[in-house]
Amino acid sequence: MMMATEERVFVQAPSEVAKQHAREIEDVFRLPAKVTVRNLNFYYGGQQALFDNSIDIPALRVTAIIGPSGCGKSTHIRVYNRIFELYRSHRAEGIVEIDGENILSPTTDLLKLRKKVGMIFQRPTPFPMSIFDNIAYGVRLHYRGSRSEITDRVEDALKRGALWDEVKEKLCEPATALSGGQQQRLCIARAIAVEPKLILMDEPCSAIDPVATSKIEDLIETLRDSYTVVLVTHNMQQAARVSDFTAFFYKGHIVEFGPTTKIFTNPDNEQTEDYITGRFG
Amino acid sequence: MTDSTAEKLSVPPGAPRDQSRPDALFKWLTAACSLVVIVIMAGILFELVRNSGMAFREFGFSFLTTDSWNPILSDFGAASSVYGTLVSTGIAMIIAVPLSIIIAIYFVEVAHPKVSRLIGGAVELLAAIPSIIYGMWGLFVFAALMQTHVQPFLGTHLGALPLFQGPPMGIGMLTAGLILALMVLPFITAVTRDVLMMVPPVLKESAYGVGSTMWETVRFVSLKYGRRGIVGAVFLGFGRALGETMAVTFVIGNSHRISASLFSAGNTIASSLANEFNEASEPIYLSSLFALALVLFGITLAFQTMAHHWVARMQRLEGGDR
Amino acid sequence: MRPRSRAQRRAADAAIRVAMVPAALIGIAVLAWILGEVIARGVGALTPTFFTELPTPPGMEGGGLGNAIVGTLLMTLLAALMGTPVGLLAGVFLAEFGPSSRIATTVRFTTNLLMGTPSIIIGIFVYSVLVLPLGHFSGWAGAVALAILILPVVMRTTEDMLNLVPDELRESGLALGAPRWKVTLGIIFRAARSGLVTGVLLAVARVSGETAPLLFTALNSFYWPGSLSRPTANLTVTIFNYAMSPYSDWQEKAWGASLLITVSVLVVAVLARFVIKDGRERA
Repeated sequence: MMMATEERVFVQAPSEVAKQHAREIEDVFRLPAKVTVRNLNFYYGGQQALFDNSIDIPALRVTAIIGPSGCGKSTHIRVYNRIFELYRSHRAEGIVEIDGENILSPTTDLLKLRKKVGMIFQRPTPFPMSIFDNIAYGVRLHYRGSRSEITDRVEDALKRGALWDEVKEKLCEPATALSGGQQQRLCIARAIAVEPKLILMDEPCSAIDPVATSKIEDLIETLRDSYTVVLVTHNMQQAARVSDFTAFFYKGHIVEFGPTTKIFTNPDNEQTEDYITGRFG
Repeated sequence: MTDSTAEKLSVPPGAPRDQSRPDALFKWLTAACSLVVIVIMAGILFELVRNSGMAFREFGFSFLTTDSWNPILSDFGAASSVYGTLVSTGIAMIIAVPLSIIIAIYFVEVAHPKVSRLIGGAVELLAAIPSIIYGMWGLFVFAALMQTHVQPFLGTHLGALPLFQGPPMGIGMLTAGLILALMVLPFITAVTRDVLMMVPPVLKESAYGVGSTMWETVRFVSLKYGRRGIVGAVFLGFGRALGETMAVTFVIGNSHRISASLFSAGNTIASSLANEFNEASEPIYLSSLFALALVLFGITLAFQTMAHHWVARMQRLEGGDR
Repeated sequence: MRPRSRAQRRAADAAIRVAMVPAALIGIAVLAWILGEVIARGVGALTPTFFTELPTPPGMEGGGLGNAIVGTLLMTLLAALMGTPVGLLAGVFLAEFGPSSRIATTVRFTTNLLMGTPSIIIGIFVYSVLVLPLGHFSGWAGAVALAILILPVVMRTTEDMLNLVPDELRESGLALGAPRWKVTLGIIFRAARSGLVTGVLLAVARVSGETAPLLFTALNSFYWPGSLSRPTANLTVTIFNYAMSPYSDWQEKAWGASLLITVSVLVVAVLARFVIKDGRERA
C-alpha cells in the first residue's frame, strides 16, 4: 500500500504532495492533527518570510522541521504560540488551528495558548532565579496551590525533564550555575511543568555539546508519549534519529512533508534530496 | 660584568631593552595618576577630621544628638541637619523610585518604540540638567503651587496626621523632598531603562512563552535579571539626594529646628553648609560646620560601602557572570 | 491544584498598563514644565548686553553677566585641562594594567566613593587645602574643585571604553613589536575615541553647572576675571546670590543665567551623543 501511494504521489506538484501525504498519514496512523496550518504567510515588515505554508502536524509524534538557515523554520513555529507578536513589525496571515481553534484569530486567549504550547529556544534561557523557582514560576503563574503541591509539581517536572537526579540536592542554587545542557533540560522541564500539549523546540541543541545533546534527544524520545513535539533543527542526523515526521523548508516554502524514513530515504522532491544528501545548505 | 647580567635579567625575554623602559615608565605614570584618587579621598577625610577636631572636643558625642544651633552662644549640634537630610532624602526616594521604575517599564515594554527612543533620550538629557535649575524652579514656581494648592489640600484631607499640620508656607521639608524626587527621577529612570533594554529578548520570549502577561514578565523576569543595575542606580540616586545642595537650599527654609510637620522649614547638612560656611566667623562655628561636613561624608561613605557589598553579594548569590 | 484565574491576571496586567500612562505623563510633564519655565522666564533677560557687560547694582537698568560667563568658561576649561589627562591615564591603568590587581580594585572602589561624594564636600576640602592656607578665595581653587569632580567620571568611562576594545587589537599591535604605551595611546585610544570624547564631554558639561563646589572656592565677584588668584565671577553662584536677593531685576538675571547654563549643558550633551553615533557608524 505504501508503495502504491508513493508511485501515485510522485507525479504530483509539491504542495499537492504534502497535502496528499498528510491525508495518507492520518489514514495510516489514525491520529488527529494537532496543528493544522493553512496558507500561512509571514512578513518581517515589508519582507515576506513564509509563503503559503500548509501542514498538518500529527498529535503525539515528533515532527522535525529541517532546511538551510534562513529558510523560515524558526519563523514558522514562532507563529504557533504567537511569540512573534512581541515585535511590532512582524505579521502573520492565514490559519493555524491547534485542536481545531484558529489561534491567529484576534479573540485567542494568548495566556491560555501559551500555557498549552510550550517553547524551547536555541540557547538555554534560565530565568535569573533558583532552579526550583525556575520551574515553580510557570506553575505559580497558572495555578494556585499549596507549597507542597507546587513542590510536587516541580519534582515531577524535573523528573520528566530527566534532570531530577542531577539537581535534587541543589534546588535552591541559581539556575545559571548549571551546565548548558542541564540548563536546556531545565527549560524543557519548565515548559512541561505548566502541562502543555504541544512543545515547540527551536534548535534546542545548537548551543550544546554532543553528550548533552544525546541526553536531550533521549528526553525528546520519552516526550513523544505525552506531548506533540515540533523540533526545528539544522542537524539532519538529529531529525532522522528522533522524529517520526519531517518537513523540509526552503526559502519560506514547505517543499516536502512526510514520514521521516521516507524523507530521508526516498524523497519525492529533488530539492529535498539535494539537501539531505548535502549538495547544498 | 655582574652589572650587565643584572641589567639583562631585568628585561623580559623577547622585549628589546629600549622599549621596556618607556613601557615601565608609562605604567608607573598611569599608576601614579590612579593613585591621585586615593590621595584625594584620604585628603578629604584628613582635612575634615582635622578641622572638625575643635567642635568634637568641645561638644563630644552629643554634637550628633543635640539640635541646638546657636552661633551667638556658640552652641552647636548636628541633629536637626542630620534629621532634615534623612527625611528629605527619604521623601524623595519614596516618590522617585517607584515612579521612575514604572516610567522605565512603560518606555521599554509598552510605549511605541519611536516614542520610547525620543522621550527616553530626552529623559537621559534631563538627568544632566544642573541641580541649581531645579532649585530655581522649586523656589519661584513650585513653592507657590505648594502654598496655594498642594499644602492646603493635604492639610484639609490629611490634617489629622501631625505630618501635614501647620500653615502652608510653600517652602519646607516636603517641598524640598519633592524637588529632590524630581531631580533623581530622570537619573534612575534612565539607568533602569538601560537595564531593562539589556534583558535578552530570548529571556523575555521564554517568559511570555510559558504564558506570562507583560507585568508578570517584567516583575518576575526582567526586573530580576536587571536588579543589580537597578539597585545600583537607586543607591546612586540616594547618594545624590543625600548630598544635594542647591536644589534643597532654595526651598527648605533653612531653620535649625526639628519639627514633626513636613510643612515647616527645616535644613539639611548640605544646605546649612551652603548658607553658613562663608559667614562663620568664630573658629568654633567654622569647626562645627566642618564637623557637619564630616558627618555627611561619613553617611555617604557608609551608604555607598553598604551598596557596594550588597550588590557584590547579589552577584555572588546569583552565580553566573552576567 | 486549582487553576489561577486568567481574568484576574489579565486584570492586574491591564491595571498596571493603565496606571503607567499617567505616571509617565506626570513625570515627563513636570520635567517639561521645568524646562518650559526656565525658557519662558529666562529668554527675556538674554539681551546682547547680558553677554558683554558687567553686573549693575540692583534697580539700575542694563548691565549683564559677561564676567560670570567668562569666569565659568575659564574655570571649566582649566578644570577639564587638569582633570582629563589624569583621568585618562588613570583609566588606562585600571583597564590595561592588572584589571583585577589589588591596587586596581582599591582604586576602582575609591573612585566610586569619590564619584558619590557630595560636591559641597569637595568644595570644603579645597577650601581647607587651598583657600585657608593662601588666605583668599580664587578662581584656581574653583578650577581645582571642578577638576576633582571631573576626574573620577573620566576614569570610569575611560576604563569602560577601553574594556570594550577587543583584545585582538591589543595583541596584533604588540605582535607588530610596538611598545605597550604606543599601542595604548596610538591604537587603543583611537579605537575607543568616540566613547572617550563623549565621556569627557559629559563630565565637563555636568561640572560646568555645579554650584556647591564653587561657593567656598571661587566665591563670586562683580568684576571681570582679571586674575584667577582672586575671587572669580561665575554663573552658578551668581544665580544663587541673585535668586535669593529681593530685587526683581536680579532675579530676572538669575533666570537668564539659568537658561544659558541649561541650554549649554543640553547642547554639549546632545553633541556628545552625536559623537558616539558618528563613531559607531564609522566603525
